[in-house]
Amino acid sequence: MLSLTNIRVGFYLALRQLRGANRWATSLIIFVMLLTFLNLVVVTGLLVGIVAGISNQFRVQETGDVVISSLDTKDYIENSPQILSFLKTLPQPKVTSARYIVTGTIEANYFERTDLNEKPNKTGATIVGIDPVTENTFSGLPRYLGEGTYLSSSDYDSVLLGPQFVERYSFGEQPGLTPLRNVYPGTKIRLTINGHTREVIVKGILDVPANSPLAAHVFMPANEVRQLMGRTDYAVNEIAILLNPGVDPAEFRDFLKRSGLAESAKVRTFEDAIPNGVAEVQNTFAMIGNAIGSIGLAVAAITIFIVIFINAITRRKFIGILKGIGISGSAIEISYIFQSLFYAAIGSALGMGILYGFLVPYVSAHPIVLPISNAIIVAPVAGTVVRILLLVLTTVVAGYLPSRMIVRRNTLDSILGRN
Amino acid sequence: MIEVKNLIKTFKDGPVETRVLKGITLSVRNGEFIAIMGRSGAGKSTLLYQTSLLDEPTSGEIYINGREAHTMTENEKMFFRLAEFGYVFQDYALLPEMTALENVALPLLMQGLSTAAAEAKATAALTRVGLGSRIRNLPGQLSGGEQQRVSISRAVAHGPGVLFADEPTANLDKESSATVMEIFKELHANGQTIIMVTHEDEFAKFAERIVKIDDGQIISDTPFRG
Repeated sequence: MLSLTNIRVGFYLALRQLRGANRWATSLIIFVMLLTFLNLVVVTGLLVGIVAGISNQFRVQETGDVVISSLDTKDYIENSPQILSFLKTLPQPKVTSARYIVTGTIEANYFERTDLNEKPNKTGATIVGIDPVTENTFSGLPRYLGEGTYLSSSDYDSVLLGPQFVERYSFGEQPGLTPLRNVYPGTKIRLTINGHTREVIVKGILDVPANSPLAAHVFMPANEVRQLMGRTDYAVNEIAILLNPGVDPAEFRDFLKRSGLAESAKVRTFEDAIPNGVAEVQNTFAMIGNAIGSIGLAVAAITIFIVIFINAITRRKFIGILKGIGISGSAIEISYIFQSLFYAAIGSALGMGILYGFLVPYVSAHPIVLPISNAIIVAPVAGTVVRILLLVLTTVVAGYLPSRMIVRRNTLDSILGRN
Repeated sequence: MIEVKNLIKTFKDGPVETRVLKGITLSVRNGEFIAIMGRSGAGKSTLLYQTSLLDEPTSGEIYINGREAHTMTENEKMFFRLAEFGYVFQDYALLPEMTALENVALPLLMQGLSTAAAEAKATAALTRVGLGSRIRNLPGQLSGGEQQRVSISRAVAHGPGVLFADEPTANLDKESSATVMEIFKELHANGQTIIMVTHEDEFAKFAERIVKIDDGQIISDTPFRG
């Protein structure tokens, strides 16, 4: 019976039981609650953060906030020069990177190949023509260099290779992609685009995780790629736009579509453009996070159940006395609910402090470097509050059940310690 | 007035049944001080527990001021105990994490009094038994006699109709026992109904009526004129 008197007496009892409880035992229970909270929020946040790291990687390294690409029926973006001119008139874009993208092949070690029956050290590649200066501002491409130096605007016959193409960096053979052996900065390789072959020098090799969009790209100055493609109309394949702070990508995308760009190109935010695989990984990780969180919740529930059960069973005599002197069973049960609430609330509060006071800012500043991405902790406050409520609810139920079991026993049996 | 009619209590332990009370009939008038006596295992405490609604008799009837107590639900009994009864146990039965004041105030809070009112009333009750200066002490910081006085304060602070005491002096030294009995005497002088279980003749003499039990039956029920 949930009356005001029962709540008041329950609170009075709980407060005094907590006050009289063993400090070490209380600290231990709170510590378990803290760990449960961290398990519930941080592990999930980290798993989501790994995927967020991947998404962020795509945004930073490839798409920017909004990306314009060719329609499925076209090889290039129609009216590219006009679109680029239009973008220059707008206040929202911070940097705009126009790229030529074409598939071709690269071959190494062709001088050492004496037997023509021997398989050439050759692989298919996506060649991306960039303006080195703009790309530096856009994605900070030079900072991903593992070896060699970055491209300059005046470079000719020079390329940067993604790590997938270099055997000692590569993450294993992938369909249609055979890593090149013995390739270092300064090594000459053959680049073939649309049947035009040119010998180029490897100027640098990038060092990025396997899932980075830079991993399987060959970068070359845009003018050369355009020549090799034989494209004279300056129509590019991709325009990536980094927006000024505060500009909403979705709103800007819609604005561009309304401005008529949708007729000649695909306009997408980075979230729209993320490859399906990443979205699936994101959903998978979120599910794994929820599963781990559920296990954590179950552990918390069992912990509280055991703690309250042991507490109630060892205090069975006193519970009997309380009932004997007229304290209602509901008030006694409520006192245990308050105690469970106390443990969950203090554990969660400490967890919140550690999470938002230390973990989130620290990991944001120093992402955890994993082979798959640079992970951060994604813990939106609303989601954390929901998890706290879940933890509190679980704890309350886990605290209520054992107290109810003990309170329901015969009053005199409890007082006299009879079974 | 308490009326007990043909009260039977049987304990079962597997196939073994032990009848501890064998059809006890007893009346207690308001304001009476009764001592229930008997040797160990005679059934005196069992009679007290049934009469005070702490336990469920196997059969029989209990009427308290005309109300059928034996048909009450557990919840009704709980409210009845809170409003009408006070208990003093042999081992004091104080809550160890609560101060003397809090132990006494707790049933008053359950009766709906505010914390301030309950604590004021509890302080007054403790002062009456000479513990005005020990109200902030935990039970563990009090002597046995002091703990029993706290227990008496808790039992009478809400002005119950009947005070039940189960061997209240069994764990106390002579001096403390005498103090406890003096308190009982004073309470009785003020009109308090008291039903006390004891095996000590010395303290039974404080009662105005002595009911002797043996083998689950009343063997004598005599007024004591000391």
